[in-house]
Amino acid sequence: MTDLNKLTIAAARDALKKGDVTSVELTEACLTQIEGADALGAFVHKTPEIAMEQAKAADARKDGGDLNGIPLGIKDLFCTKGVASQAASGILDGFKPEYESTVTTQLFNDGAVMLGKLNMDEFAMGSSNETSVYGNAVNPWKAGGAELTPGGSSGGSASAVAADLCLGATGTDTGGSIRQPAAFTGITGIKPTYGRVSRWGIVAFASSLDQAGPMTKDVRDAAIMLKSMCGHDPKDSTSADLPVPDFEAALTGDIRGKTIGIPSEYRMDGMPAEIEKLWEDGTAMLRDAGAKIVDISLPHTKYALPAYYVIAPAEASSNLARYDGVRFGHRAKLDAGDGITEMYEKTRAEGFGNEVKRRVMIGTYVLSAGFYDAYYNRARKVRALIKRDFDDVFAQGVDAILTPATPSAAFELGKKFDDPVQMYLNDVFTVTVNLAGLPGIAVPTGVDAAGLPLGLQLIGRPWEEGDLLNTAYALEQAAQFVAKPGRWW
Amino acid sequence: MSIDTETARRVAKLARIKVEEADLPELAGEFSAILGFIEQLNEVDVEGVEPMTSVTPQRLKRRDDVVTDGDQAEAVLKNAPDAREGFFAVPKVVE
Repeated sequence: MTDLNKLTIAAARDALKKGDVTSVELTEACLTQIEGADALGAFVHKTPEIAMEQAKAADARKDGGDLNGIPLGIKDLFCTKGVASQAASGILDGFKPEYESTVTTQLFNDGAVMLGKLNMDEFAMGSSNETSVYGNAVNPWKAGGAELTPGGSSGGSASAVAADLCLGATGTDTGGSIRQPAAFTGITGIKPTYGRVSRWGIVAFASSLDQAGPMTKDVRDAAIMLKSMCGHDPKDSTSADLPVPDFEAALTGDIRGKTIGIPSEYRMDGMPAEIEKLWEDGTAMLRDAGAKIVDISLPHTKYALPAYYVIAPAEASSNLARYDGVRFGHRAKLDAGDGITEMYEKTRAEGFGNEVKRRVMIGTYVLSAGFYDAYYNRARKVRALIKRDFDDVFAQGVDAILTPATPSAAFELGKKFDDPVQMYLNDVFTVTVNLAGLPGIAVPTGVDAAGLPLGLQLIGRPWEEGDLLNTAYALEQAAQFVAKPGRWW
Repeated sequence: MSIDTETARRVAKLARIKVEEADLPELAGEFSAILGFIEQLNEVDVEGVEPMTSVTPQRLKRRDDVVTDGDQAEAVLKNAPDAREGFFAVPKVVE
């Protein structure tokens, strides 16, 4: 069998079960690809020894599950025992956790193999993977000569999966950080319902919004990997005590009789014609598959981004207070006479990058005395209204909502980096889903004029990831997106 | 809302992030742009709306008030930039 790194998780699973291939062979194929792909900046801490040890153990296991022996990449935001886990930040330089996150524990218990840690925006704050202390992750897709962003914050995960450096990867999504990079790289990414996946051991950004999920080559792989990542965890007080269904079994492709909502507010002024057409084509595909299409209204959509840019920085300023140079990571060199306040201030100035500093300070401002009501409480009220918009359309019988995943295809690295507000607009279609705690999935369905991938987003009812994945599967079957980036790295 | 350098200085201090005096005007400008974007929220009628505390309608779970973990001083101190004799070490805090 050639090009083992290009297999889907499902195909690799079936080949492993039949004895056609071993995990060691799969893992070696991926490690070889990773060695030749430094130009993508995707893997920032490689763990070949751990990978080979896990692969041998998987091959020795007689009763392995769906992920047994499957080589994966892990976003740097997940704490992995004894392996650098820096959230792509200088302030966690040298940090090697003494514990394993719940998600990676569950993946490893199911036999998954870790190839290494993946690049990302610092503390998951960014939409282009340009705020990383490791440098940029690069999109394997190109149009012309310029290097493109793989999106962010899970840019390394997206780049690695799209370039076939691994069979799947973990991502996290606070405002679109799984779905936007998935769309930019022509892969599938799902953010589950808030509370579905344990946040324990994942470096916190905005705790009321953060959810982890899989980034994979297709919808079936997303279903397989999500099942392993989900489940109740007593160590996360917001983890839902609900049974985890067999998501893969939900993939029948039959969506006859389902109601799909098309929200008018997502038709933005100045939306590129290509995105408009992509959305119309996707709508037609679902209609042809037997779904009923209805126009819906989500009136507070416009206020999702400004609400997000109050709530997320507020929570970040609180979560990131722990980086003080005392317990872990970087501590600044002090001058004679410096006390503990100087230690905090210098450590944080040296350790955090500019975007992280900016968000921590914005968060500090909106939570400060005199502004708390005007900004933070108002944003939380608007958030309640955004969730109510979704509750209303689901109560009207809508099963899923179809929207574009991003306002454009992948853009050139460096193009938007100097204007934070322009960068924030990348998340315009995805951020509502985090604010409302809903599951959302990005599926590649077309390419733009330059041949770059474009994705659509489906938003589902809370806890109904199985149904959402099935609708995504029907869309995937109809779209038949098979393009792959040509190798230049 | 426009943020002046004095406010930027105060926010940096509250956030315990050292910002050089020369960088404050640019920082204030960035804050103003972001807060200008956030100002849109003032258009929304939020009369009678409760601020969201939990996105899923579930009560925060409570566990029994018992010791479940501990005796891991070595692991806890393992990543400290400066640890001595079983303690985190910091610059002098009391004169």
